[in-house]
Amino acid sequence: MMAFLKSREAILGGAILVLLALIASRFPGFIAPANLARVFTDTSPLLLLALGQTVVILTRCIDLSVAANLALTGMVCAMLNAAMPGVPVIVILAIAVGLGAIMGAFNGILVWKLAIPPIVVTLGTMTIYRGIIFLISNGEWVNAHEMSAAFTGFPRASILGLPVLAWFAIVLAALFILMIARTPLGRSFYAVGGNPHAAVYTGIDVGRTQFWAFVISGALAGLTGYLWVARYAVAYVDIAGGFELEVVAACVIGGISIAGGAGTILGTILGALFLGIVKNALPVVDISPFWQMAISGAAIITAVAFNARSAKAKGRIILRRAQAQGAQA
Amino acid sequence: MQMSIETQTREASPVSTDPVLTLDGITKTFPGVKALDQVSLELYPGQVTALVGENGAGKSTIVKTLTGIYQPDEGTIRVAGEDVHFATAQDASAAGITAIHQETVLFDELTVAENIFIGHAPKGRFGMIDWSEMRRRAREILDRIDADLDPDMPLRDLGIASKHLVAIARALSVDARVVIMDEPTAALSHKEIEELYELVERLKAEGRAILFISHKFDEIFRIADRFTVFRDGKHVGAGLISEITEADLVRLMVGRDVDQIFPKREHKLDGEVLQVVGYSHPTEFDSIGFTLRKGEILGFYGLVGAGRSEVMQSLFGITKPSKGVVKIDGDIKVIRSPADAVDNGIVYVPEDRGKQGAVIGLPIFQNITLPSLSQTSRAGFLRMSEEFALAREYTERLDLRAASLDQDVGNLSGGNQQKVVIAKWLATKPKVIILDEPTKGIDIGSKAAVHAFMAELAAQGLAVIMVSSEIPEVMGMSDRVIVMREGLIAAELEGDDLTPETLVRHAAGIGEEDQ
Repeated sequence: MMAFLKSREAILGGAILVLLALIASRFPGFIAPANLARVFTDTSPLLLLALGQTVVILTRCIDLSVAANLALTGMVCAMLNAAMPGVPVIVILAIAVGLGAIMGAFNGILVWKLAIPPIVVTLGTMTIYRGIIFLISNGEWVNAHEMSAAFTGFPRASILGLPVLAWFAIVLAALFILMIARTPLGRSFYAVGGNPHAAVYTGIDVGRTQFWAFVISGALAGLTGYLWVARYAVAYVDIAGGFELEVVAACVIGGISIAGGAGTILGTILGALFLGIVKNALPVVDISPFWQMAISGAAIITAVAFNARSAKAKGRIILRRAQAQGAQA
Repeated sequence: MQMSIETQTREASPVSTDPVLTLDGITKTFPGVKALDQVSLELYPGQVTALVGENGAGKSTIVKTLTGIYQPDEGTIRVAGEDVHFATAQDASAAGITAIHQETVLFDELTVAENIFIGHAPKGRFGMIDWSEMRRRAREILDRIDADLDPDMPLRDLGIASKHLVAIARALSVDARVVIMDEPTAALSHKEIEELYELVERLKAEGRAILFISHKFDEIFRIADRFTVFRDGKHVGAGLISEITEADLVRLMVGRDVDQIFPKREHKLDGEVLQVVGYSHPTEFDSIGFTLRKGEILGFYGLVGAGRSEVMQSLFGITKPSKGVVKIDGDIKVIRSPADAVDNGIVYVPEDRGKQGAVIGLPIFQNITLPSLSQTSRAGFLRMSEEFALAREYTERLDLRAASLDQDVGNLSGGNQQKVVIAKWLATKPKVIILDEPTKGIDIGSKAAVHAFMAELAAQGLAVIMVSSEIPEVMGMSDRVIVMREGLIAAELEGDDLTPETLVRHAAGIGEEDQ
């Protein structure tokens, strides 16, 4: 219990509660359940992408192409719907996930087979995917009136008072917690990121594991692509521009070590919620949205400094024990 | 040529000059181990002093003390008769001491000239680097050592021998009085070694003092004028090379009171479990053949770089052999990946625990179950209770002391981390376990525990291959020892043939006629 209270997740959770209390002191309406549900729904796309990014970062990689993947998949879904309004949403969902996964797999193949640094690969594919959107759309928008009601209505449809978009985030977050903690693949993400050399000796294929991380990240980006375009009922080249950095920020604030192998899904969820609350609360309490960037930035640096400090303290414990054992011997 | 150098060496060495560098009563202690205990060392201008000792004798520590990386706890260092204190590597360099390491510490992306002058580049106007002057002086130094290298060539395009030349040129550029060469020939070809010897002669002729660290007795007797022997961090002898025989030097190096107690083992050897025939690799090893029986501990002894770990990594599927056959329980098996090896009952506990062993950041139990996840999962999901049960079983067998199996491996001592790595492999229920330097860098108490455990494994019918560079460990634990030298099996020793002297002779390649 003490260990949990001292954990990164508990501290971040505490920070979120303090943040909510501060906002509530100036604007009590913000913490009304209906508003919190709205904030959560608004944060869902960030959360979905952050789940995939977490897996990628755990394996010592990074995926900067998620926002471009989202935008391209979203455009394909929107154009498909505009051209063939009769295609059911379930098929569109499958196409979105499949297309996203293919784009993720492309990243993964380059990292696995050609051993190109992930930051370079995804920086390149990020630009390529954005470029493809322009090519297929001729830079034109797909607007609400071109989309079918079923297409745009799906993410907003309410189940038990929460929109489908929020339910996607909740269910996938739960699945990821299970996958990370309880499947061999989840374990191998940690092993590959924590100590790639040891992973090789254990019989884990480092490249293949990283490949699957990219596929998962891509699939989630694709799924979010449809949900995003349908929710806002518009698709164009620049949607979610720069969103990849917010996604990485959510992971880092949530305590996912950029060096790989450390962090939890719960941390990522809290990191995404933290950013989501900051983003939604600032206009309400009448602070310029430009402050949002400063606050996110400060949160990232605080989180990283905090993680570095806790790692250092651990180092000292190792030494003391080693010395004690040396003395015994 | 060889003869002339040899006679020259002996004649040209003035016997009674004052040492340029003197170490006296140097002691250096690390937590749990005394690396150097009151050692002394003298280096004379224009002479080569060979520093001889087994692995762990304290040779690296003395080099690091001389180059200012470690500060001794006790003792004095005198350069040209004056007491000095090296607080940093720069201090040692300023005093004219420079080291050429086994793996050269140079910058691959910089040019030859930049490497030679890094840290003391000639400056022109406004404090900018004077490139033409730097090139000119680099050329000059390279010519002095007959090195046919372009100063503008990036270092990454050079071979190891040429990199050594750059390191030597660097030593000359700071006008080093003392040049330390730490196993400089370990990675060189025969021809390159000859060239290095000539260069050593030249450095001698210029009046520089050379500390030459080597395991190869032929080269020690060929180029050294003096010797100093360390054993277990203590100075055990020094003198002129011309006044000692190889046999005496070996005895000085290995002769010891056996201060470690090894577990008594009952030899119950069963049938052959592993048979390796004609195992070869294009560049690392050739024609390796041996058999291994159940309940046996087979030692692999050799100098660092003899190819022992390379053979083991190949058996474990990390590198591909060019030819050769591996039979397990009489059946030919093809091992393409570590996963194949584990499936066939071969596991490998690598030497570098930090890098290749434990996954820091994962708790103990997850480290242990990492190769056995299919065992502990059902329908694709891991079962925590089974993971704990498996981890508990093997940590208890290994007497691993930890507050909880949930603890991060990073919080354990080296010895306990080693146990976690061994437990991880035992949990896969292997037939053959390869232990690469199983007790390197762990304290004496944990060493004894690892040895006891190794004996127990063998008693339970597991076949053990132990790669070790520590003679007492090889002597104390092995039923049989294979000695490797330069990628080949030099000898297979057991019974009365297995003595510290024979091990060193075969490993160092000392000629039969000397016996």
